[in-house]
Amino acid sequence: MSEPEVDRSGPDAVKTSSPGGSFSRWQSDWGFLVALILIGSFYVIMLLAMLAADLTWTSPGHFLEALSSDEIQYSIRLSLMSCTLAAILSVWVAVPIGYLMSRFNFFGKGLIDAILDIPIVLPPLVVGLSLLVLFHTSAGVWVEDLFKSVFGTGITYQIPSVVLAQFMVACAFAVRTMRATFDQISVRQEDVALTLGCSRFQAFWRVTLPEARNGLITALTLAWARSLGEFGPILVFSGATRMKTEVLPTTVYLEMTTGSLEAAVAVSILMVFFAVAVLFTIRHFGSDRALGRVI
Amino acid sequence: MISVKNLSLEVGEFALEDVSFEIPARAYCALMGRTGCGKTTILEAICGLRDVVAGSIELMSREVTALPPAERGIGFVPQDGALFSTMTVEENLGFSLAVRGRKKGAVSERVGRLAELLGMSGLLQRRIQGLSGGEKQRVALGRALAFEPGILCLDEPLSALDDETKEGLIDLLSEVREETGVTTLHITHSLQEARSLCDMILVMEDGRVRELPVDGDSPADGQEGDG
Repeated sequence: MSEPEVDRSGPDAVKTSSPGGSFSRWQSDWGFLVALILIGSFYVIMLLAMLAADLTWTSPGHFLEALSSDEIQYSIRLSLMSCTLAAILSVWVAVPIGYLMSRFNFFGKGLIDAILDIPIVLPPLVVGLSLLVLFHTSAGVWVEDLFKSVFGTGITYQIPSVVLAQFMVACAFAVRTMRATFDQISVRQEDVALTLGCSRFQAFWRVTLPEARNGLITALTLAWARSLGEFGPILVFSGATRMKTEVLPTTVYLEMTTGSLEAAVAVSILMVFFAVAVLFTIRHFGSDRALGRVI
Repeated sequence: MISVKNLSLEVGEFALEDVSFEIPARAYCALMGRTGCGKTTILEAICGLRDVVAGSIELMSREVTALPPAERGIGFVPQDGALFSTMTVEENLGFSLAVRGRKKGAVSERVGRLAELLGMSGLLQRRIQGLSGGEKQRVALGRALAFEPGILCLDEPLSALDDETKEGLIDLLSEVREETGVTTLHITHSLQEARSLCDMILVMEDGRVRELPVDGDSPADGQEGDG
C-alpha cells in the first residue's frame, strides 16, 4: 500500500492525498497563468498594433512634409512653450499643496483633498467650459482686463488661455505626485533638522526638497505630458484657430476635419515620440513609486 | 540638567498626565519602559517636537516649554538615525554648523575632530546609502554632537544593531560622555545596556516615572527584553 503523497513545495503548500495531486495542481496553475497572459496580452497587443498602424499609415516623406508646414511648426512651438510653462506653474503650485497635505492635519482636509481631484475626474470639455464661464463673470472680466493691461494680451481665446487650460488639469496630477513624494519622505529627517537649528522653512529647503528631487522630476514630466495631450479644455476655452491657439492635439483635430489623415497621423507620431521621451525621463530620473501612486 | 514638571501630553488617543522627573547636569540617564508607554513621546516633547498640554520643561535651568526645537540646544538621535540621504557623511556631520552660518574652515575643523572621535575619518566623502547600520548611528551621533549641545537625547540608538556593533557603540557613547560631559537621556529596552552606560535609570510604568537603582539586582524591574 502506497503512502499518501505530500507536496513539499513550500511551507504552506496544499497537501494532496492522491498520487497524481502534484500534476493536477500544476495543471490548474498552468490554466490560471495562461488565462492571465491571454487577457494581459490582448491589451498590450492592441497598444502595439495601434502604434504600428500609425507607422504604416505614413512614410518618412509624408512625415517630413507634414512637419515642414508653417501651421504644424507653429503648433509644435506653441505646444512646447505652453506645456513647459504649464508644467513649471504646476510644480510651483504642487510643491506647497503636496507638502501641506502630506505633513499637516487641518479642518476640512478631506474636502480639500476631494477638490484637488476634481480636474482628474471632471470631463475635459467641462473644465474648458467652466473656465470660459469663469472668465465671463464680473471677477473673471476684471482679471482679464488686468492681465491685458499688464501683458498686452487677453486670456480667453488667446495663448494664455492655452497655458491656463493645460495648467488646470496638469496641476492636479503634479499635486498627487508631490503629495505621494512627501508621504514617502520620513518626517523624522525634518524633526532632526529642526533640533539641529533649522526653522521649518530651512528644514524644508535644505532637507525635504532635496529628498523630493526624483518626485519633482516626475511631477514636472507628468504635468508636461498631460499638458501636451490636453485637447477638450483648449478647444472650448481657447478655440481652434490656426497659427493662434493651435497646439498639437488641435492640429490632429483640424487635419482630420479637413481630410488630411496623413498629416494628422504624422503629428500623432510626433506626440507618441514625446510620450516615449517622457516615459524614459520618468523611468530613469524620476520616482516610479510616486508615479505609481498617482496614475 | 533636564527638569520635567507635571508634564501632560496628548498624541491622538494616547495621553500622558502629570509626569515629573529630574536628571542632573552631566548625568547619563536611561529611560526604560514597555513599548507604547510614552518614552519616545516624552523625549520628543523635551526636544520640542510635541506640543505640551500642561506642565513645564527646563533644560540647564532654562524654561524651554514654549521654545521651538532649534532654540533648545538638544542633540537628537532617533532610532533609525534619520540621516540626510542626499548628503555625504561630511555634510551630515557639519549640517548644524552650516545652518548656523559658521565659516567653512571652522565647519571642516569641527567635522574632522568629530570624525576622529567617531572613528570615521576615512568615510567623510561617502554617501549615506553605502554605510552599515553601526556607521549610520555613528554619523547620527556625530551630527547631533556637532554644535556642542548641552543635552543629548537618544531614542533607542542601539536597538537595530548586532551585538558586536552594539558593544563598539556602547564604548563610543562612554567615550563621548567622558569627553563632552553632555547631559544625556537615552531610551532603551536593555537593562544591561542601561547599566553599562548610565548613572541613573528611570522606568515608566502606568504613566508614572520612578527611579531604578543602577546597580540593583532585580532584572524584572527593568522590563528587559520587552519589545
